[in-house]
Amino acid sequence: MQNEIVISDIEREFIDLYRENRNMFEAKASAQVNKVRKSGIRDFERLGIPGKKNEDYKYTPLQPLFRNGYRKYLEPKKVEFNLAHVFRCDIPTLDTHLVLIVNGFFDKKNGELLRELPSGIIIGSLAAASHEYPELFEKHYGKYASHQDGLVALNSAFAQDGFFLYVPKGTIYKKFIQIVNLLVAKEDIMVQHRNLIIVDDNAQAGVIICDHALTPHSFLTNSVTEIYTAENTFFDYVKVQNEHNNAVQFSHIFVNQEANSNMTSNILTLHGGVVRNNVNVLLNGEGAENNSYGLYLVDQEQHVDNYTFIDHARPNCISNQLYKGVLDDSATGAFNGRILVRKDSQKTHAYQANNNILLTDEAKINSKPQLEIYADDVKCSHGATVGQLDDEALFYMRSRGIPEKEARLIMMSAFTHEIISNIKTDPLRTRINELVEKRLRGELSACDNCAVKCY
Amino acid sequence: MKNDQDKILNEVTENEYKYGFYTDIDIEIFPPGLNEDVVRAISAKKEEPDFMLEFRLKAYRQWLKMEMPNWAHLKIPEINYQKISYYAAPKKNKGPGSLEEVDPELRKTFEKLGISLDEQKRLTGVAVDAIIDSVSVKTTFQETLAEHGIIFGSMSEAIKEHPDLIEKHLGSVVPYSDNFFAALNAAVFSDGSFCYIPKGVRSPMELSTYFRINAANTGQFERTLIVAEEGSYVSYLEGCTAPMRDENQLHAAVVEIIVEKDAYVKYSTVQNWYPGDKNGKGGIFNFVTKRGICRGERSKISWTQVETGSAITWKYPSCILKGNNSVGEFYSVAVTNNHQQADTGTKMIHIGKNTKSTIISKGISAGFSNNSYRGLVKMTKNAENSRNFSQCDSLLLGDKCGAHTFPYIEVDNHNSIVEHEATTSKIGEDQIFYCNQRGISTEDAIGLIVNGYAKEVFNKLPMEFAVEAQKLLQISLEGSVG
Repeated sequence: MQNEIVISDIEREFIDLYRENRNMFEAKASAQVNKVRKSGIRDFERLGIPGKKNEDYKYTPLQPLFRNGYRKYLEPKKVEFNLAHVFRCDIPTLDTHLVLIVNGFFDKKNGELLRELPSGIIIGSLAAASHEYPELFEKHYGKYASHQDGLVALNSAFAQDGFFLYVPKGTIYKKFIQIVNLLVAKEDIMVQHRNLIIVDDNAQAGVIICDHALTPHSFLTNSVTEIYTAENTFFDYVKVQNEHNNAVQFSHIFVNQEANSNMTSNILTLHGGVVRNNVNVLLNGEGAENNSYGLYLVDQEQHVDNYTFIDHARPNCISNQLYKGVLDDSATGAFNGRILVRKDSQKTHAYQANNNILLTDEAKINSKPQLEIYADDVKCSHGATVGQLDDEALFYMRSRGIPEKEARLIMMSAFTHEIISNIKTDPLRTRINELVEKRLRGELSACDNCAVKCY
Repeated sequence: MKNDQDKILNEVTENEYKYGFYTDIDIEIFPPGLNEDVVRAISAKKEEPDFMLEFRLKAYRQWLKMEMPNWAHLKIPEINYQKISYYAAPKKNKGPGSLEEVDPELRKTFEKLGISLDEQKRLTGVAVDAIIDSVSVKTTFQETLAEHGIIFGSMSEAIKEHPDLIEKHLGSVVPYSDNFFAALNAAVFSDGSFCYIPKGVRSPMELSTYFRINAANTGQFERTLIVAEEGSYVSYLEGCTAPMRDENQLHAAVVEIIVEKDAYVKYSTVQNWYPGDKNGKGGIFNFVTKRGICRGERSKISWTQVETGSAITWKYPSCILKGNNSVGEFYSVAVTNNHQQADTGTKMIHIGKNTKSTIISKGISAGFSNNSYRGLVKMTKNAENSRNFSQCDSLLLGDKCGAHTFPYIEVDNHNSIVEHEATTSKIGEDQIFYCNQRGISTEDAIGLIVNGYAKEVFNKLPMEFAVEAQKLLQISLEGSVG
């Protein structure tokens, strides 16, 4: 299907930049990272940045987004920001372990490069870990992120740092590990961090990832996260995207789930100029269960595109997807979900739903839920709706003395509740609920949490 | 139980395609190959006016620039367009004015297919336009229809007798540049049906076209144009069969429907082209472009299709809902068995205000087949208060087949409501057990359940067709639960 890619100046720039810095990258990274790097640049040269003809990016044209003259952020610089502000977005009652990633590089401010928690969990910089644990990297790094997407290949080629998390066998860690991605710069930059999460047999853990842009510059993030959950594991992944309108984010998550593993991902897009979330899940063992939830609340000219691909490669797996969105002003959104049930993946249960509310005539949504099924003993369904707030329900509330604005808010927050209620940890759910409600009230501006009023 | 089912499955899959015979009649056939001269020759053969030749040539030149679409979920073997003959027609002296003049062999053929061209013997009032290979051989009830001002007959006749109407409407809904197959069709189409319902007329009978491919190594390219003027109504049926052959044959048709204010066109198809044998050898490639436009206010188009035949089906009957308050409907049952492939669905383009569309699609896959629904629902900015409901269900009968759904939803305004839901499942063991328990054999139970599953669509078919469709479904599927 892929037509010949004509390499444009954008791709050329990346390829040249790679050649210039290749020695620097390779000197710093470990063998496995460099191995994946080589195949990354090779695949990128072949694929380029997904173009208009690429069905997967049909509703998000990428080329123009790269034409902003971002400086590629290849070496960590010392940047000043007030840490106290960052902690504003901390969840007060939730006891978390915090990791800071600044412009794609692990920030030491909060501790050493790699830390072992009392429970045996290892957390820290990806670069440091790749040298420290070569056998883990050999087994997992670059094994799940497929280079079919040019953007992923690009990340592999330029990957230097990010966070690394290892949950050893049998460890049950009740606290959440919080990873805060900060974008701070005095110019427009592009960052590409790479993360790796390994949850070993019978372990339980959860991460919450918060994305913030602290300065009003234009940012482009192209991140790849690989997650491996071994047998009988529980893993929670919560991502809160709260960047400003000049920020572009492509976030690719690749999950490999072994038998009887249970993973839940929650992606909450509260603010962001252009956001594209790719969630790729491979159910690679019997009895695995995956829940993918997403909530996007966008307004102004924001654009959010959620792409999911759930691959039922083994029998007896369950997958659940629910993506909901409210689009205001001239915001545009897209949902592109695909379920593949391979031959012989009998007894599969796969569900997918996408619900959207359009608040204005200028808002626009494109939804493309897809099922591809090659096994017969399955239960699969998908649904998509686009609608508005129900006038009758609004009238009902108003006739009972609830002001229109409040009534609308009640309905919207009820709409979003279905997603938020899936967050299992109490304080986190309460906090997210607050954030969403604030967002719906329009009181949460992009940089509110950082207390730096950028604009 | 498993053995029983296998036995039933075998019996059924060995069921011969009963329309697979070949009639030995004198035909006039062009040598295989396609170039401008062939296009000119077809036009000349048809004694067409200049505008038609021009239309064909423009289409042909456009076609040369186009590539075969490859986005569908289909594996299409390479088609050599130079190996196909683009014109084949039963030899005749002059157009048959009365039944006696129709070649008796041909009449027999149609009788065998259960299509009577003998008006006296017809009890139900259905007017038939019978098309064999590339040419319309006989249209029945033409006089009765003419009394109401309805024009119904072959496209080539219409081009000669009503060039103004043809020039005005042909290609207005499906332009020759629309897609690869539409361009090919526009260049080489040989015949088809034309139907014109004047203002305020309700067609007294159902109009029907029966397509038959007979000659070998030919392609069939017919073109249907239906124009319903203000306040008119017509129910139009289409059926098709072909002989059994080891090589694939190409069928690339175009159907255009124009519906004016307050008019209603109901278009029903039972597509039963030869699907190939159980090893996937032979069969028809059915690449069809069907599109209707609701031009006026409160106009309505309803597509109903039962797709059981063809080796490969590529077909998306669509509605452009331009008039305010216009309505589009699409009801489909697509059955694939053995090695058949189907990629079918619809497009509902909402342009007018308060437009409504309904999509009910039921896919049934068995054997090694692949069955996909692909559809688009688009609400443009102006389509205020529009509404769509889509339901796409797939039933899997066997573990080697595939069922896929690829819906596209694009909404550009805030007071339209779009709902889409799809499910995929197999017949529940508990359902079969329930029937068995009450003395219904497994085979009958499956028939019962599948028929119940497709009933929503069959209900929309004219009665005769519904019976035929139900029988077809039985033949295509009986006991194919393994």
